[in-house]
This record gives sequence, C-alpha cells and structure tokens, in this order.
Amino acid sequence: MRRALPWVYGIIGIALGIVLWELYKLLGPTDGVVIGAVEGERNSGLRILPRTTDRAMPHVWTMFERLFGPTSGGDTAPLWQAVAAASITTLGIAAAGFAIGVAVGIVLAVIMQRWRVAEWGILPWVIVSQTVPLIAFAPVVNSIGIQIDRSGTPWPQWLSVALVASYLAFFPVAIGALKGLGSPDRAHAELMRTYAAGYWTTLRKLRFPAAVPYLLPAIRLAAANAVIGAVVAEVSIGMPGGIGRMIIQLGGQGSSDPAIPWGPIVGAVGLGLVAAGAVAFFGWTMRNYRRGEATA
Amino acid sequence: MSRFVTKEQAAQTPAVRVAGVDKAFGKRAKAVSALTGIDLEIGAGEFVALIGPSGCGKSTLMRLIADLDQPTAGTVEVYGKPARQARLDQEYGIAFQQAGLLPWRTVVQNIALPLEIHGVSYAERAERAEALATLVGLSDFRDRYPDQLSGGMQQRVAIARALAERPRLLLMDEPFGALDEMTRERMQTELARIAVESRAAVVFVTHSIPEAVFLSDRVVVMSPRPGRITHIVDVPLGTARPELLRESPEFFAKVTEVREALHGAPVERAPER
Amino acid sequence: MNVGLERTMRIVAPIVAGALLLALWYVLVDVAKILPPSVPSPNAIITQFTDNFGIILNATRITAGNAALGLLIGAIIAIVLAALAALIRPLDGMAAPVVAAIAVVPIVALTPIFNTMFGASAQTGRVLIAAIASFVPVYINVLRGLRQARPVQRDLFLAYAATKPQTFRRLTLPMALPFLITGIRIASSLAVISALVAEYFGGPADGLGTAIASYAKSGKSALAWAFVFASIIVGLVFFLVTLLLERIVRRYRSEH
Repeated sequence: MRRALPWVYGIIGIALGIVLWELYKLLGPTDGVVIGAVEGERNSGLRILPRTTDRAMPHVWTMFERLFGPTSGGDTAPLWQAVAAASITTLGIAAAGFAIGVAVGIVLAVIMQRWRVAEWGILPWVIVSQTVPLIAFAPVVNSIGIQIDRSGTPWPQWLSVALVASYLAFFPVAIGALKGLGSPDRAHAELMRTYAAGYWTTLRKLRFPAAVPYLLPAIRLAAANAVIGAVVAEVSIGMPGGIGRMIIQLGGQGSSDPAIPWGPIVGAVGLGLVAAGAVAFFGWTMRNYRRGEATA
Repeated sequence: MSRFVTKEQAAQTPAVRVAGVDKAFGKRAKAVSALTGIDLEIGAGEFVALIGPSGCGKSTLMRLIADLDQPTAGTVEVYGKPARQARLDQEYGIAFQQAGLLPWRTVVQNIALPLEIHGVSYAERAERAEALATLVGLSDFRDRYPDQLSGGMQQRVAIARALAERPRLLLMDEPFGALDEMTRERMQTELARIAVESRAAVVFVTHSIPEAVFLSDRVVVMSPRPGRITHIVDVPLGTARPELLRESPEFFAKVTEVREALHGAPVERAPER
Repeated sequence: MNVGLERTMRIVAPIVAGALLLALWYVLVDVAKILPPSVPSPNAIITQFTDNFGIILNATRITAGNAALGLLIGAIIAIVLAALAALIRPLDGMAAPVVAAIAVVPIVALTPIFNTMFGASAQTGRVLIAAIASFVPVYINVLRGLRQARPVQRDLFLAYAATKPQTFRRLTLPMALPFLITGIRIASSLAVISALVAEYFGGPADGLGTAIASYAKSGKSALAWAFVFASIIVGLVFFLVTLLLERIVRRYRSEH
C-alpha cells in the first residue's frame, strides 16, 4: 500500500494540473493578459497569460479525443498510432546514443582516474564541451556521416542523431563515474595493495562496484539527456520518422487543428518516462551495490 | 620465546626482522621523525603486541612491515625476504581498525576476496570461505551483508579474511579499537584461539594494556618523539589463554609491569600524561 | 608529486590539451583538408565573428535575455514551492513525481504549443521553457537544503526555546543557502541551452539558435560557427557568474 503512494500522488498532481488548465480556460480573460501593449499597434507588448480560446488552449478532453482521430485527414491511421511509431523510433535512437555516451563517459572517467594529469588536462574541456549547443554539432555530424556513407561505409542518418544524443549523455556519466571511481576510502585501497592487486584488478573488484551509487544518478541524467538530444538532433538534421520531426510538423498545424500538437507531446512524455523507468529498473537490479558499510 | 618454538624452529628464519629502521615524514627541516633506530625480531609463530601512546609510531611500524610505506633508513624483512617481496608473495594477512569490508559483498564473498584476486578456483574458494566463516563463528551469517552485521561481527569477518590464504604472519592494527569492552574481551579470546590453531606469527598494535598482555608472548613498549622501542616485556603465561587468565595474579603482575614500562617509572603517583 | 609541481600542472595540463586540440583542428581542416566544408577552419570563424560582431551581439542579447529571465522566474517559483513542500508533507508527495517527470521529459517539445498559446511573435514561449528547465534543479536542491538541519541541531534550538522564525533564520536558512546556490549554478547552464534549443522549435526569427540553424542550412558554416562561439561564451559567462556566487556564499558561511 505504501509503495503505491508516490503513484497516487502523481496522479493527483496530474489531475490538479488538468483542473487548473480548465479552470483558467473557464475564468481567465479571453485575450489573455498582455503587458506593455501600445494602442493601435498590433502584436505589441508581451503576452504573459495565454488566450483562453479553444484555438489557443484546447480542452483537455479535446486533446484526448484527437488522439483517436486520423493523423492527416481521411483514411490515415489514428494519431496515436503515428505518435507511437515515431516515439519508438526515437526511443531506439536515443537508446543507441545513450549506450555510446555511457561507454565513452566511463572510458574517459577511467583514464582520468588512472592518471591525474589526464584529469587535469581533460576535465576542464569536458565541462566546457557542454556549453557548446548540440544544434551546432548536429549538421556537422550529419554531413560527415553523408560523406562517409558516399565513400562506401554505410552510415544511416539515425546514426548521426544517435551520436549527437551521445554527446549530451556522456557528460554526466564521465563526471559521476570519475567521482565514483575515486570514492573508495584509503583503507579499502590499501587493502587492495596488501593483496598485491594491480590497477585493473582493483578497478574491477573495488572501484567499479564502489562507483555504482554515483553512477546511477548520472545514468538517470544521461538517459533523459539522450532522449532530449535525440529529439533535438532529429529536428536539426531533419530526419524523418522520429518524434522530433513530428513535433515541428504538427506544431505548425496548431492554428487549424488546435489539439493536434498535443499528440506528439504525449509521445515525448511517454518517451521520457520509459527511459526513466528503464534506468530505475536497472538501479533496482544493482541494489546490492548501494549498501553502506555502517553497522546494523 | 614463542610458545611453539623447538630448538629446530628457533633456528628458522624469523617471521619479521626490522633492522636499524628510521621513518621520517616531510622534507628536511620540517621532517617529523615517526620512528628512529628500530631493531626488532619476531620469531615464527610468535605473538607480539606493539603498545604505546599516540604518536609513538606503532602503526607506522606495522605499515612498514606490510610494505604500505617504506622506511627512510634500515631494512624490513619478512621471512627472509624484503617487505615488498613478501607483500607480492602474499606472506601476510592484515586487519585494520575499520573492518574494511566491501559493502556489496556478503560475508563469505568478503572472506573469499583475496582468494578471488589470486585466481583460486570457485570450488576451492567456496570451501575455504565456509571453513573460515565457521572458524570465526559466523556460518549462520554467511549470506548477510556488512550493513546487517554488528561491529564485532564485521571484525570477525575481517579476521577470517586475513586468514584466507593461510598466511604465516598476521598484521593487526587495533582491530578491536572500535568495539565495546565486552565484545572486545570476547574477541580477544577468539583471536587467541585462532592464533594457536593457525600457528601464524602475529604483530598486534593496540592501545590497551590488558589486551596486549592477554594476547601476546612479548609486549613491545614504544614511546613518541621520536618514535622508538623503550622496553620489551616477556609474557610467559602459557600457550592457552583462557578467560580466567584475566583474573589471575600473574596476569595483573604483567599488566603492572607493562604499565610501568609505559610510564617509565613505578606507578606510585598519578600518571603525568 | 610535490605541491608546487602539482599546482603548475593543474593549470598547464588543460592548456596543453586545449592547444593540442586546436592544432589538430587546424591540421585537419587547413592542411590535410579531410573534413567537409561544413567544418570551417578556426581562422574563418574568427574572421566572421569580428566582421559580424554587431548582429551577433543583437542575437546574443535576445537569447541571453531569455535565458536570464527564465532562470530568474524558474528559480523564484522553485524556491517558493520548495519552501511550501518542506512545510507541507502532502504537497511534497504530490510534487515529487511531477518534478521527477519534468526532469526526464524533453521540455523543448512544448515550444510550438507555447508559441501558439502566447503568440509566435513573442519571446514568452522560450522564456517559459528556460524557466521550466531552471525550475527543476533549483527546486530539488532547495528542498534538499531545507532538510539539511539534523535532528540534533533542531533539538538544540528547541532547548533554547527559539521561536520558529528564529530557528528558520539561524539554522534552516544558512544550511539551505549553499544548496540554493548550487541549484542555481546547475540551472544557469540549463537555462542557456534550453533558451537556445527552444529557438529551434519556432517563434520569432531572432536569437542565436535561429541564426545558427539558418546559416548552417544555407551553407555559411563559418558564420554559423561564429554564432556558436558566441553561444559558448554566453554559457561560460552564466556558469562563471554563478560559480563566483557559489564561492562568495561559501566564504560568507565560513566567516560566520
């Protein structure tokens, strides 16, 4: 019963959100709230509260119904199917990017833990690397990929997206793994010395297991980042079939079909939750590595 | 003299030989002298306690024997080999004040750790770990994790682990320091029994005078600034060390002898420390 | 390694690494000419940057402004909500899953919807995205910080018959402050990146993100990367300012 509590709270939270949405629609000003508008000048001022028309803010049940309507009119498949298909595509790409990012992050962390000089040299650049927006990289990676593809080695477009996603994912893993690998206290490290255990043995038997409590939150972040990275990279590269492209496409149709942009949102949210769930499951399998040494 | 020693064994290589050892930390003018002029020989099978106030260098000396640190002068030999070689050849087992158990491993997995690292087969490891768990009285807890064990139990696992490779030498740095008095006395009796059964030489660092006297064949008294050996007290109280020994007059006499050696004068007035 | 050598190495190592990377870039683009034209040489980027400094500055103002405003709004709402959640248990229970969900979901996906709701000619949508992105780390950190006072310390204040406001001012608040600042530091980079990426998903045709996107698409890669350079600087500035704030707070704490 206790275990279900967070879920119950979550549902209450969502329900509250829906209530707030509809309440605002009911009670809020039709034209929203605009500050700093100039008389007679169209589009002046800043709208800080949205319009309550059905076009700007569709009813929650309209959004829900729309999922079962056709994707693009006539005989096309229901919207929810298209959203599901696109979400799964993006999920696969994000998973690939996640895997690459985690691998690279761990390799970097091991190198930096092993040689302090490497840590001093590389770590600042790793941190700076995250200030470079990935939308800068995405076209570059894509065009390099196209070049490689033309020269013989196959390079599908999704691989470019995955690489960009991995760029966002590797950072938290590198930082978390570095911290975790260095976390064992002196007594444990000395114990390994008394066993004449080399660096790699110590890495396997001591540092990696000790790093798990630090890696798990990092991996959680990496999964979320991989999803975001995949979605944004899809838009940036213009890859068809993913949820990113769908968000832009259907978002543009919002003026004529107000509820349709919310369809892919549901898909994107679902994506994030599935990723989080997978990481949570992994964390559960690793629970023995999160025990402390404190006495009972 | 060790409790096992026969004439033949007396001619054997000593378990530990420390000759002319100095250890200083820091550089030149700011150097702190942790040990000066240490000469000590410990025979095979002998139980020796190192005792002294904080800063006398007893833990440092043990770390030199374990090759966790190197002397600034002099030599340290374990069974005739330089300390480094002895470590690489796994001639000793060690137990620290913090049990140092890996939290993600069960009791038997922790005991088996050194065996795993040195490539012992799974079957052999399992057997040995079981035997050791029974030896220290923890076979009912074999699948528990450290956070499910009390401090005393954790220390027992640490001792079992130290015995895993049947070493000829045991190094123990205040292993019972974090335990309450009752548990401590129980553990001392256990350790005395285990030491007899395994026939290993033991170097045991402690703060506690009764503990040192109860367990050892010889008590090495050290004092600080600079760290040096001031006295060595023989404790010929027999091979077996039963609980009742703690209440015997011979025991008290030896405790007094060690206490006086520590204070440098007979105790008629309150100690100046 | 002695202290002096270590200190020098800590500064020298990253510089050497950076120089090596730069040299590699030069070689690959200018000398070996391996990389495609979409990867410009460092020279070209610097030229474009200086030539177009005016428009770059304008775009920077927009994006940095959105990020800063979003950071401010998100942080304030986060602080208020976290304070409430620390006081009212059920509120915390309700908020926790929602916040956790927001943290894993790609928020930028909401940009087109926000643009429809608030008008596609306003920056509001982007500011909102930056605000939501900033909200999460600040909320989580402030909540943790408000819980930092250990029971033994609270007992101490009880024993002194301290009033609730007194306990808040002298115990809870000082303990929570470093966490707040850490949260803001994390949020600052997120705010910049979110504001930038949000520009990709629609809205007015200004800001660094739209510039990067359109110039990259039209093949003017050196110019696009000049805008990228500007965005890196914005990110760094935000990061360094909040890092400085963190240092100041830490020093203030240790003096009191």
